[in-house]
Amino acid sequence: MQAEPLSMPESTLPPPILQVSGLHKWFGSLHVLRGIDFSVAAGERVAIIGGSGSGKSTFLRCLNFMEMPTAGRIALDGTPLGRAAAGRPDEVRYPEGELCQVRERVGMVFQQFNLFPHMTVLENAMEGLVTVKRMKKAEARERALRELDKVGLGGKTDVYPGRLSGGQQQRVAIARALAMEPEILLFDEPTSSLDPELVGEVLRVIRQLAEEGRTMLLVTHELGFAYHFATKVIFLADGVFHEVGTPDEVLKHPRQERTRAFLERFTEFSF
Amino acid sequence: MEYSFDFALVVETFPILMRGFLVTLQLWLPSLAIGLAAGFLLALARLARSRLLRGGSLVYIELFRDTPVLIQLIWFYYAFPILIGVQLSPFAAALLALALNTSAYGAEIFRGGIQSIARGQWEGAKALGMRHADVLRRIILPQVFKLMLPAFTNRAVEVAKMSSLASVLSVHELMYQGRLLSSTYYRPFEILTTVAVVYFVLIYPATFLSMTLERRMAGKG
Ligand SMILES: Nc1ncnc2c1ncn2[C@@H]1O[C@H](COP(=O)(O)OP(=O)(O)O)[C@@H](O)[C@H]1O
Ligand SMILES: [Mg+2]
Repeated sequence: MQAEPLSMPESTLPPPILQVSGLHKWFGSLHVLRGIDFSVAAGERVAIIGGSGSGKSTFLRCLNFMEMPTAGRIALDGTPLGRAAAGRPDEVRYPEGELCQVRERVGMVFQQFNLFPHMTVLENAMEGLVTVKRMKKAEARERALRELDKVGLGGKTDVYPGRLSGGQQQRVAIARALAMEPEILLFDEPTSSLDPELVGEVLRVIRQLAEEGRTMLLVTHELGFAYHFATKVIFLADGVFHEVGTPDEVLKHPRQERTRAFLERFTEFSF
Repeated sequence: MEYSFDFALVVETFPILMRGFLVTLQLWLPSLAIGLAAGFLLALARLARSRLLRGGSLVYIELFRDTPVLIQLIWFYYAFPILIGVQLSPFAAALLALALNTSAYGAEIFRGGIQSIARGQWEGAKALGMRHADVLRRIILPQVFKLMLPAFTNRAVEVAKMSSLASVLSVHELMYQGRLLSSTYYRPFEILTTVAVVYFVLIYPATFLSMTLERRMAGKG
C-alpha cells in the first residue's frame, strides 16, 4: 500500500462542465433552494436523494433553466449564463437563444416522459435534430434510428407513443434526449411513474449509459440502483446539500443524523 | 288543407337564388379565413406577457362576443363611417363585421386549445432546446388543431348562418334574394324552403368533412 494523496491534485481533475454558485429558488414566499454550490465534471454520475418536496426536481430543473434561478449563477464551460442587470447582480436576464443552447447541451428525461403524442416514435426522436439542429431529414432519421436501437425500440419506430407501455415510452424519451448528443443528461425520477415490472428495463438503459462514461445527474428513490450507478451521492434536505460524498460514504456510512433518519425509511433497500 | 307546391317557380327562380348563393360564399369563406387567422394572433395576444396586449385583446374579444351580431353588422355600415369618415359598401361592412366577430370567437377557441395542452408538452420540447415559436408551431398547435377541429367547424357553420344577416344591409346574398323573391311572387313557402335547402347543402359538407378528419386523426393518437 502506497501513501498516495487521497485526492488527485487540482490540475489533473477534468474542468467542470457545469458550475453552480449561490443558487437560490423562491416560489412566491416558499424558499425551496437555499444557497447551493455545485459542479459536474465530464464522466461524473451524480445521484440526488431526499424527501418528497425537498427541492430535488427544482434543483435539477434549474440546471437546464426549466425553472429560472431566483439568485445565483450557473456557468457552462466556465462562462456564466445570462446577463446581470447593472448594479443588481441578482437580477439576471437570460436571452432565449442562450437558454436553447444550454438545453441542447444539457438534456433532460422527465418522470412523465413528455413524449409528443401526435408524432411517431421515430418522429419524436428526430424532432430535436430537425427543428433545433436543422439537420437534414435523412441524417436525422439515421441518428434517431441508432438511438432507438440502442434503447431496444428499433422495431417500434412507426408506432405512436400512446400505444406503448410506460417503460417503452420512457426509453423513447431517453433516445430522444440522446439523439441530441448532450454533454450532460438529467433524469428526474425516470422510473417513479412506472409499474414495478417496467422499472428494470429503464434502469438497464441508464446503466448502459453509465458504462459508456456519460455525464449524468439522477434524482431517484431507487437507492440500490443509486449505489451502483453513482460516483457521487447528494442528500438534499431543507433546500441545501445536507451531505455529499461517495455512494459508500452517504448511503452506507452517513455522518449526518438527518441522512441516517432518511435512509432508515427505506427498509427494504439493499446493495 | 290542400297546398300545391309550385315546382315551376322554384325552377324559375333558382338561377337568382344561385347568384345570391355565390355572394354568400364570398362573404362566408373570406370572413372565416380572415377571422380565424386574426383570431390566432388575438389568442397569442391574450397569452402574451405584456399586460397591455392581454388587456386590449380581452376587451376586443368581449365586445364582439357580448353584443348581437346584427348590431355589429349595422354598426360597421352606419357608425363606422362617422368615426373614420369612410363609407363602406354594404358588402364590405358585412364582411368586416363577420370577420371581426369570427376573430373574437376564434381567439377563444385557440386560447382554450393552447391552454389545454399539458405543461409537459412545453417542457418536453423546451428541454430539447426548441425555441418558444418552434414549440408552438411543431408541438402545441398541431395538437390544438386536432382537439379544436369540432369547435372550428361549429364556427364555420355559425358564420355561414350569420352571413344571412347581411340581408338587412341589402347585400345581395342568398337570404336577401330569398326575401325579395318571396315578396315578389307571394310564395314564401316555396322560395324559403329552397333557400333552406341551399343553406343545408352549403353547410352539411363542412360538418361532414370535419367528422371525417376527426375520425382519421383519432386513429393516429
Ligand atoms: N412551479 C411551482 N410553483 C410553486 N411551488 C412549487 C413549484 N414547483 C415546486 N414547488 C414547491 O417547491 C417544493 C419543492 O418541490 P420539488 O422540487 O418538486 O420537490 P421534490 O422533487 O424534491 O419532491 C415543494 O414544496 C413544491 O410544492
Ligand atoms: Mg420531484
